[in-house]
Amino acid sequence: MAKFDSTVGTLRFTEATDLSIPTLSILDSEGELRKGAKSPVIDKDTALKIYRDMTYIRALDERMISAQRQGRLSFYMTCTGEEAAVVGSIAGFTDRDMIMAQYREQAALRYRGFTSEQFMNQLLSNDLDLGKGRQMPVHYGSRALNYMTISSTLATQIPQAAGYAYGQKLSGNDACTVCYFGDGAASEGDFHAGLNMAAVLECPVVFVVRNNGYAISTPSSEQFAGDGIAPRGIGYGIKTIRVDGNDILAVYAAGVAARKLAIDSSGPVMIETMSYRLGAHSTSDDPASYRNAEEEKLWAEKDPILRMRKWLLGKGWWSDQQDHQLIAHYKKEILDALKAQEKRPSPSLNGLITDVYQTPPRHLQQQYVELQQHIDKYPDHYLANPANSDRAHPSSSVQFT
Amino acid sequence: MAQINLLQAVNSAIDTAMGADERVICLGEDVGKFGGVFRATSDLQDKYGEARCFNTPITEQGIVGFSIGLAAQGSVPVAEIQFADYIFPAFDQIVNEAAKFRYRSGDQFNCGGLTIRAPYGGGISGGLYHSQSPEAYFCHTPGLKVVIPSTAYQAKGLLLAAIRDPDPVIFFEPKAIYRAEVGEVPETDYVLPLGVAEIMSEGCDITLVGWGAQMHQLHRAAKMAAKDGISCEVIDLRTLLPWDVDTVAQSVEKTGRLIISHEAPRTGGFAGEVSATIQECCFLSLEAPILRITGMDTPFPLVFEKEYMPDYLKLYEAIKASVNF
Repeated sequence: MAKFDSTVGTLRFTEATDLSIPTLSILDSEGELRKGAKSPVIDKDTALKIYRDMTYIRALDERMISAQRQGRLSFYMTCTGEEAAVVGSIAGFTDRDMIMAQYREQAALRYRGFTSEQFMNQLLSNDLDLGKGRQMPVHYGSRALNYMTISSTLATQIPQAAGYAYGQKLSGNDACTVCYFGDGAASEGDFHAGLNMAAVLECPVVFVVRNNGYAISTPSSEQFAGDGIAPRGIGYGIKTIRVDGNDILAVYAAGVAARKLAIDSSGPVMIETMSYRLGAHSTSDDPASYRNAEEEKLWAEKDPILRMRKWLLGKGWWSDQQDHQLIAHYKKEILDALKAQEKRPSPSLNGLITDVYQTPPRHLQQQYVELQQHIDKYPDHYLANPANSDRAHPSSSVQFT
Repeated sequence: MAQINLLQAVNSAIDTAMGADERVICLGEDVGKFGGVFRATSDLQDKYGEARCFNTPITEQGIVGFSIGLAAQGSVPVAEIQFADYIFPAFDQIVNEAAKFRYRSGDQFNCGGLTIRAPYGGGISGGLYHSQSPEAYFCHTPGLKVVIPSTAYQAKGLLLAAIRDPDPVIFFEPKAIYRAEVGEVPETDYVLPLGVAEIMSEGCDITLVGWGAQMHQLHRAAKMAAKDGISCEVIDLRTLLPWDVDTVAQSVEKTGRLIISHEAPRTGGFAGEVSATIQECCFLSLEAPILRITGMDTPFPLVFEKEYMPDYLKLYEAIKASVNF
């Protein structure tokens, strides 16, 4: 608890700039260790897994943007430019740790083992989608991989992550929660509620703030006046670090240390990753209308995947040939999965009323019967819907004539 | 069996739940050592420790969000919102998160262990912000259950059922009768089913439907009407979402007349839902228009609280109007 026992006789207001928060940076733009920088301990297998998953997500994002343009899915959001911030941080955690993300962290899900088929099932809302076709593309979730289902509502996962972590602490199962969100989400009330509760109630949760410069079209300068998000963590009494989000070693080092701190000290930790959203917010906006190409070019040169590749090549752990093969392999795997999974049928119609409650209450069952009777009268109208024409199928419980 | 009041019954329910299941946790503003501003959580911190019964910062969205996370992890949180009037900062967490948690994940995750308790309603000179009845907002949200007790016996049995229900429940407590409502309540563990109404007194001329503190007004009006030879069937809905259509419909089939009453404003109030449903299924049995006796479409008043409230006299007049239609 703060003591408030330091007094001065001279009137002076504390400036926002008085709290100078440095940025941890280990690799330079050429993928070499900075002078005096200390590399985290990282073995070859882990480094290559991180690199493969970053590369995979870049390939997935590129392919799915095209697929969206072709009308094969309704919507998409890329992680482009922030792959190191996401994969580097999650690599510091164990599979037992719960991930509660925003919506741009598919790379963390990939790190846990989500397959191309599983990505496609969700993006295409087919019958194998774990979310039963209920949410827009990129709202992934996987119980098996401890990845909490994404919700579009911004920042709501932050106080939830504090509560989840409190439960983990009570269970004594040596696990914590990783909570991702963006700098824009940090303006929401839930951010402040969640950080304060996590600190006061000593919850083992690691908040990873992706400071990527933009919230849709709004630049950081119009989002907050302070020095990024990190000072807010400190203000709430949370151990906080700011790292170069495009530097895989800096992010990884912070992730490993943050997990240890969260578990050992049983309290929250915050990491602010400084990066840049290289792509659009989503397939529904065009960054050309709100930011200039020069700025994008500058950040493209700081590509986190490129920087990690240079480091791997320098260590002799990777070759250009392996790189070409890997990218080609992923491109094919993703395209094959897209082609195969888009042929699958839609989920069953009764998914309309299941899981609203554990058991559908009577009024919902009645509404469903009314719907079935109506569909029976106009099966062509509903089944001939162009959006469903090649995928719709009757559910087992609905009789179509 | 002990005679205790509704507030003590709430305390007994949480105590019973915490004693039976170590995953049950109670949290909220001032609920720890102090036992809550109404003392609903008295002695629970001493009994079960600070880890399971604790104060939170003043942030309703935080309390509910935190509790959703707890429930998703496997705990059974009983979160207190100090007054129902202050539940609105948590509206997003309740409506967009708790209510849709299971559905949106394809049943991979749920926060069904969550119960949110909040004292509601007028009658305590609380003015705009210590008197509201916000139940209708939540009844419009699939995925939630909304429960309101009117007696001490109901309070314990329904709250235990709410805590153990596999879906998130909002439990509104009629604070005006926290201490005035006294009855026999078993010290043992028992539950009353959610989604089932209770016929408080049988009658054949007209059906009166309400919940929570309003039941007292209904009973009083029914007694007045009885002196005029009018026999009222008084039904306590107990659960508003999902509500027991059959019990009300069967009653209206018998009486042909229906009055629904709540403290909340009329427009968009839950009486409208009951009324619409009953006219759909009992149209040919109705002898008179269904009436709603409710609060007015104004903010909750302070000095004119008595005038605003849908009290027994307004109900008595409505009963006569319906019977003489």
